[in-house]
Amino acid sequence: MKLEITTIEPSKLRAELLRLRDVEKMDFLENLVGMDWGEEGGLGVVYMLLSTETGKRVNLRTSTTDREHPVLPTASDLWDIALIYEREVYDFYGIIFAGHPDMRRLFLREDWKGFPMRKDDDPIAENPFDGEHMTNEPLADVTRQYSMNPDGTLGDYKENVIFAPDDYVVNIGPQHPSTHGVLHFRVALNGEIIKRVDPILGYIHRGVEKLNESLTYPQTLALTDRLDYISAQQSRHALCACIEQAMGVEVSDRVKVIRTMMDELQRIDSHLLFFGCLCQDLGATTAFLYAFRDREKILDIFEETCGGRLIINYNMIGGVQYDLHPNFQRRVKDFIKLERKNLQEYYDIFADNVIAHNRLDGVGVLTKEQVISYGCTGGSGRAAGWHNDVRKLEPYAAYDRVQFNEIVLQDGDSYARLIVRLKEIEESLNILEQLVDNIPEGNYKEKMKPIIKVPEGTYYNAVEASRGRFGVFLESHGDKTPYRLHYRATGLPLVAVMDTACRGEKIADMISIGGTLDYVVPDIDR
Amino acid sequence: MFDFSIVTNWFDTLLRSAMPSWAAILIECVVVGLIIITLYACFAIFLIYFERKICAFFQCRLGPNRVGKWGLLQVFADVFKMLTKEIIFMKNTDRLIYVIAPVMVILSSMLTFSCIPWNKGAEILDFNVGVFFFLAASSLGIVGILLAGIGSQNKYSLIGAMRAGAQIISYELSIGMTMLAMIALTGTMQFSAIVEGQADCWNIVKGHVPAIIAFIIYMIAGNAECNRGPFDMPEAESELTAGYHTEYSGMGFGFYYLAEYLNLFICACIATTIFLGGWMPLHIGVAGFDGVMDAIPGFVWFVVKAVFVTFLLMWERWTFPRLRIDQLLNLEWKYLIPISMGNLVLMALISEFGLHF
Repeated sequence: MKLEITTIEPSKLRAELLRLRDVEKMDFLENLVGMDWGEEGGLGVVYMLLSTETGKRVNLRTSTTDREHPVLPTASDLWDIALIYEREVYDFYGIIFAGHPDMRRLFLREDWKGFPMRKDDDPIAENPFDGEHMTNEPLADVTRQYSMNPDGTLGDYKENVIFAPDDYVVNIGPQHPSTHGVLHFRVALNGEIIKRVDPILGYIHRGVEKLNESLTYPQTLALTDRLDYISAQQSRHALCACIEQAMGVEVSDRVKVIRTMMDELQRIDSHLLFFGCLCQDLGATTAFLYAFRDREKILDIFEETCGGRLIINYNMIGGVQYDLHPNFQRRVKDFIKLERKNLQEYYDIFADNVIAHNRLDGVGVLTKEQVISYGCTGGSGRAAGWHNDVRKLEPYAAYDRVQFNEIVLQDGDSYARLIVRLKEIEESLNILEQLVDNIPEGNYKEKMKPIIKVPEGTYYNAVEASRGRFGVFLESHGDKTPYRLHYRATGLPLVAVMDTACRGEKIADMISIGGTLDYVVPDIDR
Repeated sequence: MFDFSIVTNWFDTLLRSAMPSWAAILIECVVVGLIIITLYACFAIFLIYFERKICAFFQCRLGPNRVGKWGLLQVFADVFKMLTKEIIFMKNTDRLIYVIAPVMVILSSMLTFSCIPWNKGAEILDFNVGVFFFLAASSLGIVGILLAGIGSQNKYSLIGAMRAGAQIISYELSIGMTMLAMIALTGTMQFSAIVEGQADCWNIVKGHVPAIIAFIIYMIAGNAECNRGPFDMPEAESELTAGYHTEYSGMGFGFYYLAEYLNLFICACIATTIFLGGWMPLHIGVAGFDGVMDAIPGFVWFVVKAVFVTFLLMWERWTFPRLRIDQLLNLEWKYLIPISMGNLVLMALISEFGLHF
């Protein structure tokens, strides 16, 4: 959809944000996108707010032309997720958020010079590859909190301590078996009890968003599969649909159904991987292999139709890459039958086990307010009672023609997060079953112009990816490359909430909490 | 039933006839030592292969099948790889402690290994407080683990070692308690005499209810004592990467690895000795059947039973998820110890009033 954005002065921003949150009940900060509109437009931020009660959206943009010391008021005390989003914006655009308690870089090294997403930044000149600049990465124990002068310029800062010198700090990661990727947590411990968790991100940051600014639209598609690699179909679906909506292209019914089925297969794939990895993390290696055994079947289905198993490259602007393989329907039907039977095994070997109950019940409880404030969408949010399924709220593709339930539990603990996913596998199987015999005839791709140009404007499209709301924010200036293409990562809020979820729990619980929150690192380190 | 003491006595007389008695004893000690080490290595190789195959079958996999026929040479390949690996000392490791630790573990494991009564007349260490000696020797292993945690100067290792300390010391109580219950039944602490006492009926049948309770507790505590899942908190690879042996490479790690498997087997052997009649064949009271069973040598009986118990322990290992350290200690202190104490009293009453079979 095309975004309606209200422009607002930085000086009035704070009051407006407060009003929106308290009066209009905009409790969900869906996105906070840093922007560089050049010399005249200045550096700025787009806030995308959503009310979970009324479903109303408000989009704000604000900017400052001061490129030396750009400063904006923080929103981190209004929405918890802004704590991370604002650090990301600071990291890439150098915008300082006054009042933010922890103004460190998020992805780049702390000694990095320059702000790479600015259009005029030259990172190679400022950070040459010599012995001085590529030493061991410094990790600060102290951070800064800036203040803002009444005239809107940058004020003084005070120092906030992250880890005191006598804290027993253990590094979980960046090379660790249960962070599911190159993720680094610094954990302060008191015996076995966790005092604080500080995620250090960016070990595999590839600058996808920056790369996108120099790629043509069809080229940008290649990178979405490399974000969250187990919701590759959905991510690419989101981007394709966003570009199609912007260009006013209507895809055929067949494409809609194919995309829906692929999304659901991918969701089952992801949830199976989630279940397997959680079991592995908790030492139930056998259950892990049971899940992988079934996941293999889905990968085979993908391979036959799409040619890829993990990096699938299937969706395209205006359709999909290939038509369905003749075996597709038979294979999907076989899989549905098999998976219904095997799903019970997962309960038998793990989910109903007394040890699994002991390890997961009441561990890492997140309340509904917390998950909304942190923007933890997907299964992790639904386990805490938040109805956030995009498939239900804003049906897209073929989701309006199928019957399925949104699984919402109230407990918000690790066990609920596990059960939500297991139940969602069942719902996904139902969706597949309804569609597999009703795939309409039609084109599997629309004819597109050789050079794709998106009309000027700002667009946003969200889909329900395997672990939450995956959004594509596209600002086009009418060129064949996007001016700014930002992804709302599903994993970033899940990592951000780790500190809240883990405090006071045992170190062993951190593993089960991380496992059930179900983050995937390449999606965080875009 | 074949009596192994015929062989040992013949060898002893042979040596004594040719040399003074101190030299004979010296040679015998060396020979026995070599036999223990060889057996130890052979069983380690067998167990590693066995575990990998068993766990593969539990997990719908094939297990090792590339090196040699059915992957039989896989373990040899792994051991050679481990032998060729460099032993790495970190900058801050406490070298002496770091080097001693794996030796302590393997030493304790070998000492307990020598307590096993393989066959009639084939006991290596066998004296009137055998059970007591076994418990004492097996406790040495924990020292090795604690030293590894301290000497490595690594936070993961230290947490792992602390957990191991808390865990093993706790579970040793259960093991001691169940053994005590069985001693109350058998009336002796000598392993050979415990086996001899089961000629008519295996202890697990003889002691009926309390013996079965003791057996179950022993199986749980034994797995915990060996640091194996669901009680592998000291290693807990998903939390502490590898726990107390994180910093070990090459044969240092190899020792821990060997000791883990052998401790599992020793645990099974002791269960066999105490509960399942040791090397005694299965008798059901039918003369023909019993005769056939008697024809099978005792050490075959012993190894088959021990491998069966090992299989049970592996089944446990590959089914359950890992507990958390506080839950583990709760299980021990709030459930297993009270139960085994009650069980001990029950067993004492049963043996006092002759209510057993």
